[in-house]
Amino acid sequence: MNGIYFIKDIVLPPLIEGTWVTIKLLFFSIPLGLLLGILIAGGRVYGNKIISFLCASFTVFFRGTPLLVQLFVIYYGLPSIGIYFSPFAAAVVGFVLCSGAYHSEYIRGAIQSIKSGQMMAAQALGMSKFKAIIYIIFPQALRRALPGCSNEIVYLVKYSSLAFMVTCIELTGAGKIIATRYFRYTEVFLVIGIIYLMMVSLVSKFLAIVEKKLKIPGLG
Amino acid sequence: MTETFLSIYEALPYLFRGSLVTIGLVGGALALGLTLGIPMAIGQVYGNKYSAGLISFYVWFFRGLPVLVLLFLFYFGLFTTLGLDLSAFTAGILVLGLRSAAYQSQIFRGAMQSLGEGQMLAALSLGMSKAKAAWHIILPQALRISIPGWSNEYSIILKDSAVTYAIGLMEIMTRGKFIATRTFKPMPIFLTCALIFLILTYGGVQLLNLLEKKIRIPGYGTEREGIY
Amino acid sequence: MQKDNTIVLRVEDIYKKYGNVEVLKGVSFEIKKGETKVIIGPSGSGKSTLLRCINQLTIPDKGRIWLENEEVTHTRKNINQFRQKIGMVFQDFNLFDHLNALRNVEIGLIKVKGMGKDEARQKAIEGLKQVGLEEQAYLYPAQLSGGQKQRVSIARTLAMDPSVILFDEPTSALDPELIGEVLEVIKKLALNGMTMTVVTHEMGFARSVANEVIFMEDGKIIDQGSPHKLFTNPEHARTRKFLSKITELYGRSAEKK
Repeated sequence: MNGIYFIKDIVLPPLIEGTWVTIKLLFFSIPLGLLLGILIAGGRVYGNKIISFLCASFTVFFRGTPLLVQLFVIYYGLPSIGIYFSPFAAAVVGFVLCSGAYHSEYIRGAIQSIKSGQMMAAQALGMSKFKAIIYIIFPQALRRALPGCSNEIVYLVKYSSLAFMVTCIELTGAGKIIATRYFRYTEVFLVIGIIYLMMVSLVSKFLAIVEKKLKIPGLG
Repeated sequence: MTETFLSIYEALPYLFRGSLVTIGLVGGALALGLTLGIPMAIGQVYGNKYSAGLISFYVWFFRGLPVLVLLFLFYFGLFTTLGLDLSAFTAGILVLGLRSAAYQSQIFRGAMQSLGEGQMLAALSLGMSKAKAAWHIILPQALRISIPGWSNEYSIILKDSAVTYAIGLMEIMTRGKFIATRTFKPMPIFLTCALIFLILTYGGVQLLNLLEKKIRIPGYGTEREGIY
Repeated sequence: MQKDNTIVLRVEDIYKKYGNVEVLKGVSFEIKKGETKVIIGPSGSGKSTLLRCINQLTIPDKGRIWLENEEVTHTRKNINQFRQKIGMVFQDFNLFDHLNALRNVEIGLIKVKGMGKDEARQKAIEGLKQVGLEEQAYLYPAQLSGGQKQRVSIARTLAMDPSVILFDEPTSALDPELIGEVLEVIKKLALNGMTMTVVTHEMGFARSVANEVIFMEDGKIIDQGSPHKLFTNPEHARTRKFLSKITELYGRSAEKK
């Protein structure tokens, strides 16, 4: 019994450090990913043929390939053409690009589900297409895309663990190192599992509250 | 330039064998997920409080943890503790399959619930036991409705299979890294890996779409079509 | 009914084709200040398309349009400037679903006209009062009845101080018992001297409010004249045919409204 609590004193500190790195990764990746998703969805729906095609290709590539491949290309591949990223930066870039693609699909679907009458009425009032998109279409589309985008954000909390694969020592990475050193995989990863479950629950609850606050009667 | 194409060309057979491993992994995981997912869904919709609660916990656990953590936990942790000596391939199928069961059970559960209680009531009133009704009446309908969600699950497992790199399974990514390190050509090699995954993803989804078309019954499919 | 001889809107020879179908085949008319022109006709006669050509939501293939002597078609000026002065009320209301009634009326003032927030709010409240909906100011479109939605939509258009308002079948999507409240509001506007074009099937309304009625069929203006002339003694056989069908459909009571 004593031994286990002793391990907790050895195991927990690096895990907490690792969790801190995870939080930092998410702090950058989640908002930037969402922002990229909005831009790509906008480009896809409202852009000219070239922009629309580029955005569609982006989405096809980043949704059709594993995140791990994308991370490897960024961290191991790009240096061969002179672009160097730190493990942390490479992870963030990969997460932003990947989740951006997924977000853009949810947002695109939401934009296209909005009745064309909304844009017509906005333009009839004298709004430019750009103003109409920002003040009328996007506020509604983002609310409709919220369930999908929330889902994607929770996914990112879990997939942040892949940062370890490009040598960024976040929670999972810290755990593997400690577990290997003390040969205590089961306990360490159960603790890690509990931490992830807590993070996922917290983020889900937070997003549910956000959804509730933004809810407008009739906009589903 | 030619160096690049040459290195890709030489890597292809090696990567191809990796693709076979990946496909085996994905197929096995989907099958395991299906086998476990269906009874789990039935248990949640028609079972008693305790079985439903247990299943909910299972789903929460396997959906709440990252794949990587599950792989490490099982392959390095639990299997060793239990004295099991499983290959990375078997371990991969087990972990991905157990996880997929959690997701698939929810797909089937949603499909079953969307059928409404009318179907079950009618079956029971004919004298069928709940089990028989579930198997002969509910399931055939629910499975057809689930195909789009299932096709999505395929593409997710395919992409997650790359994570088995972390337990040293010789699938596409592991082999890709191996070659990239040896030939000092990471960019073209990894982009080739990406291409292989693209083909497997979109090709697989197309095949599943064809399957859906073949077993379509008029009146089923999308919510838009409705039952009558 | 205040009358003036300034021409507010002039529409000349509008043609519009969708694919192989020619929806508008050379339509021309003009409206003077304070006039109410009502356009009637069977579905598919191009009435809605005509209205949408006027504020350039649809670009006509041929023809020209002038608003207060400035040409709207072929202009280098920003079309949004013209749209501010041309109000449009839609059959489907098209209220902005994410904004409450008050914000719906305000938003054009703030984001298009650049009015200050307080000034816009005041004007919006006044606008809602005018259509009898000041108590519903903070409700969202989903919480309003069809008639209320349309009245908010009218308030939204009025707030922009347009020179002319185009009504595209304003009551066609409403339940019968809600039509009256909307027609009341439109009638009031006409009596107060607003320049308007109304596309409608409500013959009783047309009779009581229009300065001139225009009958369109198949993309062309077949007949036009004062309501009295058109309803009691139309020149063309097709007008007569259409009117008799409408009376059949709506019954005499519709005429008496």
